[in-house]
Amino acid sequence: MKKWLHNWRLFSLFSMIALLLAGCGKPFLSTLQPAGEAADMQFSLMLLSTAIMLLVIVVVTIIFVYVVIRFRQRKGEENKIPKQVEGNHTLEIVWTVIPIILLIILAVPTVKATFDLADVKPMNKEKRDKDTLVVNVRASLYWWEFEYPDYGVITSQDLVVPTDERVYFNLKASDVKHSFWIPAVGGKIDTNIENKNQFWLEFDQERAEKAGNIFYGKCAELCGPSHALMDFKVKAVPREEFDQWIEKMKNAKKPVVTDPVAKQGEEIFNKSCIGCHAVTPIDKRPEQARTAPNLANFGDRERIAGILEHNEENLKKWLKDPESVKPGNKMTGTYAKLTDEQIDALTKYLMSLKVE
Amino acid sequence: MSTAVRKKSLIWDYLTTVDHKKIAILYLIAGGIFFIMGGIEALIIRIQLAVPNNDFVSAGLFNEMITMHGTTMIFLAATPLLFALMNAIVPIQIGARDVAFPFLNALGFWLFFFGGLFLNCSWFLGGAPDAGWTSYASLSLESPGHGIDFYVLGLQVSGFGTLISGINFIVTIITMRAPGMTYMRMPLFTWATFVASTLILFAFPPLTAGLLLLMMDRLFGGNFFNAALGGNTIIYEHLFWIFGHPEVYLLILPAFGIFSEIISTFSKKRLFGYSSMVFAIVLIGFLGFMVWAHHMFTVGMGPVANAIFAVATMTIAVPTGIKIFNWLFTMWGGSIRVTTPMLYAIGFIPSFVIGGVTGVMQAAAPADYQYHDSYFIVAHFHYVIVGGVVLALLGGTHYWWPKMFGKMLSEKLGKLTFVLFFTGFHLTFFIQHFLGLMGMPRRVFTFLPGQGLETGNLISTIGALLMAAGVIVLLINIVITTFKGEKAEADAWGLGRTLEWAVPSPAPEYNFAQTPLVRGLDAYWLEKMEGKKGLTPAEPLGDIHMPNPSFLPFVISLGLFIASFGFMYHNDYSWGLPVGILGLVITFGSMCLRSIIDDHGFHIHKEDIIEAEKKGVKA
Repeated sequence: MKKWLHNWRLFSLFSMIALLLAGCGKPFLSTLQPAGEAADMQFSLMLLSTAIMLLVIVVVTIIFVYVVIRFRQRKGEENKIPKQVEGNHTLEIVWTVIPIILLIILAVPTVKATFDLADVKPMNKEKRDKDTLVVNVRASLYWWEFEYPDYGVITSQDLVVPTDERVYFNLKASDVKHSFWIPAVGGKIDTNIENKNQFWLEFDQERAEKAGNIFYGKCAELCGPSHALMDFKVKAVPREEFDQWIEKMKNAKKPVVTDPVAKQGEEIFNKSCIGCHAVTPIDKRPEQARTAPNLANFGDRERIAGILEHNEENLKKWLKDPESVKPGNKMTGTYAKLTDEQIDALTKYLMSLKVE
Repeated sequence: MSTAVRKKSLIWDYLTTVDHKKIAILYLIAGGIFFIMGGIEALIIRIQLAVPNNDFVSAGLFNEMITMHGTTMIFLAATPLLFALMNAIVPIQIGARDVAFPFLNALGFWLFFFGGLFLNCSWFLGGAPDAGWTSYASLSLESPGHGIDFYVLGLQVSGFGTLISGINFIVTIITMRAPGMTYMRMPLFTWATFVASTLILFAFPPLTAGLLLLMMDRLFGGNFFNAALGGNTIIYEHLFWIFGHPEVYLLILPAFGIFSEIISTFSKKRLFGYSSMVFAIVLIGFLGFMVWAHHMFTVGMGPVANAIFAVATMTIAVPTGIKIFNWLFTMWGGSIRVTTPMLYAIGFIPSFVIGGVTGVMQAAAPADYQYHDSYFIVAHFHYVIVGGVVLALLGGTHYWWPKMFGKMLSEKLGKLTFVLFFTGFHLTFFIQHFLGLMGMPRRVFTFLPGQGLETGNLISTIGALLMAAGVIVLLINIVITTFKGEKAEADAWGLGRTLEWAVPSPAPEYNFAQTPLVRGLDAYWLEKMEGKKGLTPAEPLGDIHMPNPSFLPFVISLGLFIASFGFMYHNDYSWGLPVGILGLVITFGSMCLRSIIDDHGFHIHKEDIIEAEKKGVKA
């Protein structure tokens, strides 16, 4: 597609739009600063269509402005009756054929990209290559679960992926429909309840660094009161770093707590929270039983509840009243009211959950 | 019985009327009220999003606001307001005395009205629907309370009304045209009404089916969409969009029709390429049905379906482009008089082109993976619906106001409305394209600081306030005009081309004393150019047969309104089922009455018509 674009006459217009648009938004979020193969393909299609459409707008605007200025009724012409023109077949054919040509120019790369982006053969091979990374994404009311089936590792809220290779996703929802979207890295796909969707994304090392190695992910389908707050983060790291991380996750045992306050927190956790939350990345329960985010590497996370800055103060706020942070979430009311002391202890414990 | 004898109170008159012009006014008032409600909801949405982390409304209330804003604007404002103009103008434009089924026309209005009323009762009875105007099945099944039940029942009732009105227009246009009014002599607004009504005929049944299944699931223990029990929510999405996409065209085609009339009138030229305009309208209507799945590119239909629907969607740009260029060339060589309606038409062309081209951009499926459910989409469809349909409604209202009410709206205030509304509109929505591309999903009740979304949202909110100011000026204009407006002539703008400008403003109950003979396109213009004062009659003057007014349409609709409440609460209260049945008894009982009562209508006598016509000429 790249080569094809180079030959395009509108190249200059094209690069101008690219310059204009590329300044927009934050590199960790904006689709206008694509940071991977899928996003690149989509971005060039966006540019191509924008260029064609700008061309149309320019032509219409020129005719429009000319007509409105030139043919306004002047003073003293109130009774002038212009010639009643019937139409003009040649002209009408011209503005039927030109749009058709423009659309063909757009349709060909569209169809090609549609099929390229849907190419998930490597993940579905009988015996897939061991380097092909597959992630199962499960969306639930206001949190995300990421499972690495080839490693038996489960994590949530923070997705960790290697850069410079295609990462394949299986996606579904556990309660209502959501939509998985990492704007800077590629377009979204819905997570449905009744079936599994598959697609791939690629994270570019260089551009990931520019974005601070963290991309923002969003839920794009209205799913309830806290739809706006159903964010997740993607940590894109070089392959070696990813391998190290997954190794640590694979071998992570139940954390050993020594600090007395944290110990107290662990007790509270075991009494009130463990029914839903797991604290090791290896969680053998079926997914229906995994009704809350896995907290194995909670201390390493980017954000609390996907949105708040990761610090003790915010964690306390969340534990005290989840409803005030994420309205309609499923954690509110599932445990007895905690005293400030208990919250402090729990915070200490949760912050100590780390694999790195 | 003659008109002079039948004196009734104004309210009773409107509750029982079957006259298409009065029903038009009812549609205009009810649609206008709903439009203002939808507008207030929009303002609340924009105020909440003016700054990051705002807490003007809660997350739950915000979702109710967006749901009701969308539902109200599409079903209860845009469609009925178009019906208002269609009802007021189409029968006169084709030289008919009324629509084909006046009784059904009234029934259509009252069903729409009670459906809308029912939907809005939800605000006071425990919470409005909150699953978005599409009400996708998985979320709408989860939603607690009765909000979604109000949605499914209210829309079914008002949907019947729309369907009935649509069928009525189809029959009217096919069978009631004046002699000589061939299909290829019909004004474009009539053509657009005809095609839009056909869209209603085919699009509303799938919606009703989808809502019915949803109602079964929510109220009667069905499991059509319950995935855990083998249901499928994606089917709901298909059913919804098989309706939802044509719905867009059934809104925009009449808008095209309105602007075709306005542009040709105020350019003093016949429409350029009339036959290709007709062809384009029909083609758009047809293609509108073939492309619904482009709302579902990210659902995971696979590349084959996505590619087919992508290319099919793009083709719609061709007939739309034909129309744009034909309008431009209608103005070309004309003598353009810039009145308020013409201002709307001039503003419409570039606005709609922007909305149209972003539509083509979305048709490129892989690019849509980025646009879908982001603010880019919000910007796009508001460019189409506000930049197309609402501008058409405002332009059309200014244009036909004298015909409907017999008074001219103030041009000065009209132009002020346009400037405020048009500036506000672009300020609100243009920036939203960029917000979407910068990663802002739609339907979010808040956004976090530090993601680069602050400035755009603030600008957008300021624009929304300007639009509101424009609407307020319009209301002031209407109030002033009502009390001391200048009386309108029959040919109010002096440039009328079509039949409606040949009858007095407002038109008499019977429209035409004598059915006119149509001798070509722009029939009235033709006669004027030949130096004649009025139309050539096709029949001798005689008694005119008119239908009797009836209270039954109101009662039939009221019955369904009551039944809706009953069935909605039948799981909660023991009175639910009896009330539901009572409502149905009222509805079907009145239908029975309608069949039994032998109603022959009445005649307006020749002498009375001669008298009335004399007065009309004097005024």
